[in-house]
Amino acid sequence: MTLTGCADSLLGFILVTDMIIVASSDIATCIRATALQGVALSLLPIVLWGQHGQLIHVATVSVSALVIKALVIPWLLFRFLRSAHVRRESAPHVSRHAAALFATALTAIAFYLARVLVLPMAMPSTLLVPIALTTILHGLFVLISRRLAITQIIGYLTLENGVFIFGQTLVSDMPFAVELGMLLDVLGGVFVMGVAILHISREFDHVDTHQLSSLKD
Amino acid sequence: MLIALLIVLPAAVGLISFAVGRMRFALVALSATAAFHAVTTTLLVASSPRVAPVGMIWTLDAPGRFFLSILSLLFVLVTLYTVSFLSNATREGTPVPRHFVPCLLWFLTAMTVVTTTQHLAILWAAIEATTLTSAPLVYFHKRRGALEATWKYLLICSVGIALALLGTFLLGVAASASPAGGSSLLLSSLEKSAPGMARPWLKAAFVFVLVGYGTKMGLVPMHTWLPDTHSQAPSPVSALLSGAVLNCALLGMLRTFQVCLAAGEAGFARQLLVVLGFGSVAVASALMVGQRDYKRLFAYSSIENMGIITVGIGLGGAATYGSMLHALNHSLCKAGLFFVAGNVLRAYKTSAVHEVRGALGRIPLSAGLLIALCFAIGGTPPFGPFMSEFMIFRSAMQGPGLFFAIPFLGCLAIGLLGMCGVVFSMVHGEPKSDSPPLKEPWPLLAAPALALACVLVLGLYVPPLVAHAIELTARSLGG
Amino acid sequence: MINVLIHIGVLLAFPPLSLGLIRKTKAIVAGRVGPPLAQTYIDIAKLLTKGAVYSSTTTWLFTAGPIVSLAALLAAGLLVPIGSRAPLEFTGDVIVFVYLLALGRFFTMAAALDTGSSFEGMGASREATFSALAEPALLLGLATICVPIRALSLSGAFRAWTVGGQNLGYPATLAAAITLFIVLLAECSRIPFDDPTTHLELTMVHEVMVLDHGGPDLAFIVYGSALKLFILGSVIVHLFLPISVGANPVGATFLLLVGQSVLAVAVGLVESVTARLRLSRVPEILIGATVITALGLVALFYRGGP
Repeated sequence: MTLTGCADSLLGFILVTDMIIVASSDIATCIRATALQGVALSLLPIVLWGQHGQLIHVATVSVSALVIKALVIPWLLFRFLRSAHVRRESAPHVSRHAAALFATALTAIAFYLARVLVLPMAMPSTLLVPIALTTILHGLFVLISRRLAITQIIGYLTLENGVFIFGQTLVSDMPFAVELGMLLDVLGGVFVMGVAILHISREFDHVDTHQLSSLKD
Repeated sequence: MLIALLIVLPAAVGLISFAVGRMRFALVALSATAAFHAVTTTLLVASSPRVAPVGMIWTLDAPGRFFLSILSLLFVLVTLYTVSFLSNATREGTPVPRHFVPCLLWFLTAMTVVTTTQHLAILWAAIEATTLTSAPLVYFHKRRGALEATWKYLLICSVGIALALLGTFLLGVAASASPAGGSSLLLSSLEKSAPGMARPWLKAAFVFVLVGYGTKMGLVPMHTWLPDTHSQAPSPVSALLSGAVLNCALLGMLRTFQVCLAAGEAGFARQLLVVLGFGSVAVASALMVGQRDYKRLFAYSSIENMGIITVGIGLGGAATYGSMLHALNHSLCKAGLFFVAGNVLRAYKTSAVHEVRGALGRIPLSAGLLIALCFAIGGTPPFGPFMSEFMIFRSAMQGPGLFFAIPFLGCLAIGLLGMCGVVFSMVHGEPKSDSPPLKEPWPLLAAPALALACVLVLGLYVPPLVAHAIELTARSLGG
Repeated sequence: MINVLIHIGVLLAFPPLSLGLIRKTKAIVAGRVGPPLAQTYIDIAKLLTKGAVYSSTTTWLFTAGPIVSLAALLAAGLLVPIGSRAPLEFTGDVIVFVYLLALGRFFTMAAALDTGSSFEGMGASREATFSALAEPALLLGLATICVPIRALSLSGAFRAWTVGGQNLGYPATLAAAITLFIVLLAECSRIPFDDPTTHLELTMVHEVMVLDHGGPDLAFIVYGSALKLFILGSVIVHLFLPISVGANPVGATFLLLVGQSVLAVAVGLVESVTARLRLSRVPEILIGATVITALGLVALFYRGGP
């Protein structure tokens, strides 16, 4: 398999995990899809930059992304899921079928936008920009259309993953400490959000953010 | 050296006080750190060269110096207030969580990193860190409203900052298209490669950064978290959030603006800034009239003032100087206002406006400070904000003309009237329950009084040192 | 001329064999011996010799249903390339193809409603729902195939396919193949959507619509369902055929028949392995099929823009 084929397959797989996250109402499935996305994302730097040298730098980025995105964060999410006592997203603002179709429309929009924003540097795969934009749009869609706080965190993670894919174009120029800082930020974010969810489920007996609307003008 | 110390020491003290866990130790550590931070900042600012050395990640340029000084001064005031606030809280029965003071210190660290770094990705990480370290601080009173506010704050700001990261990456991609300089995210190298950047990428980058950091700044329409969070958080935290974090987000946005300036895309960027700024001013002023919660009122005032600053930067020229001066004025005024709000809350145990009556009788000194600060933030002479708002207004008259300047002034007037309406209804009248004047510990009064004094001084006579710093900052931002 | 004769001959003779293959595969997987491969031919012959009974409540629709359906399917069969080019190839034959299938389906549903029985009505409504959801998938799948040549002709698409080497590239091909396979299962009432061997009317979709037909009518219906499987299967097999349409008619047709057999075995395997879906879950899988092919189409447009 050529390098382009590898990169394309990886990015296509990320697209598949995106669709699973958008169209699934079972939260455990969403978290597993996020973990799979993390695995694919950690392989991406190796495929994209492995041939340019700097192997140690790229490898450390990969390993840290794998540990944080594919292991630690899903583990945290499963713990928060258990403490919140929910299994399914039962009444999202957009039904599942409409969500799947809407996600496809968003994918088409992202691919169209990618025709405008052409990367100035050469990358092994031409699918990098469109899949990054797709993941970002899907993450925003999940954030907007879901009610439960946990799925909103998953939407945020998907958004961050999309931005991470975009960041892969700049891996060689960024010191590793910065990359690590960004990954740790995401981890910290998920951790603090999870603690907030813990408090919310204890205080309110639910994690439905639609009902968190007492503060208004 | 000094910068490293400035960053590492508060974080280390935070860790130690979290480990020790005793309140008295924590308060002593907090005061010591604030003093140390102020001293070190003064040394740094005095000793740093006028033009920052190119190519270093950790260095202070003119905007960095300016905002770091504001941060330091504000933190000293906040510490002065917090020590007394926390002692009173313990005495009156609200337990102080173990993580409160450590989070404050880590919050300070994150904001220091924002002002001292030249690398845009580190800047991003630090701004996200400010969100994460301040979220536990918001949930202090253990009310349902506070929890809701914390969740909205976390989610909306994190999403906004993720979009800002996208903008930062787009900036790097734009830079890689340029023949000069690689795709490094160091500000100096970005400015060097700016003229050759790919225009669609640069414009997209600025839009995303504006939306992203604008969420953290409180620009409309991404402001929805701000009134909730600033009203539910305890007063010293609100003061820090309004006075320091909004400035840090502004600085993040300004760094990208500097790159746009260097690339010659200033016109495009300025238009966006003026539109968003004016929108913020208009919406916030409208919502300030008839506001039922006084802390929410001050939060909307923060949105309005951030809008004014954004408009000033967007107008360019002398208005940039006005903007920077207004940033300083607003930080001090708003901190003072939130301190006084904390005093009112302590006296009346409610943040609903219609339940607060006759504050002049019950807490005379705080009420007096409240009136003075309200006039100050509204833009009345002889206070500082009048000068800065007038400069911006004058630029608006010269630039876009009357069609823009008059509505702008109208919005400011509506804001002032709204605020005065609320404040006077609280201050005058007969108190609901017959209670004698409340004794207020001196630090709770000293902090806002000092803030007011600074603002008064700035209104009457801007010290040449400060003026010089503001001028340098404005010049590097296209003023 | 030879092409046309081979085409018509294969179209008329082969389809019931696919049904036999499917049944045999299911039997072998289940550990049974199963009916002989030629069982469907014997069934059709037997049914043709029998008489039919028509209820007095039915009208001409009831007799017309099977006839029109078979006619539509035969016409559609003339539009689809079977190894060599189709006899009735023209620009736009893709749309006519889809609408011929719809015509057949409409008349089947009308005949079912004509009986006045509630079972048939239930079957008709289910069939209407499923095909309404399957049609976008079918159309998009066929559109994916026709995009490279910018013309709406099945034979044209497959001719340009391997002759010029303008392969769709594997994502779009895979997407179209998966979608068309799911549509095949849905349209031909195979296991994930409908159980062809069930005897409980409440669980039937297609079988219950033809419950009251007998004799030659039933023969037409059985033969028609085999035809539908064959026609839709041809489209799928052509996606993977290594030789081009029109180059070597006999060889191409032979390869296609081999492919059809493989497809029949695949269908049999899917039927053996999966269970019948709950009716409320059927829209999900059909929408999933639409989404898959839409994504393939998006990737196709991105690679070589319109």
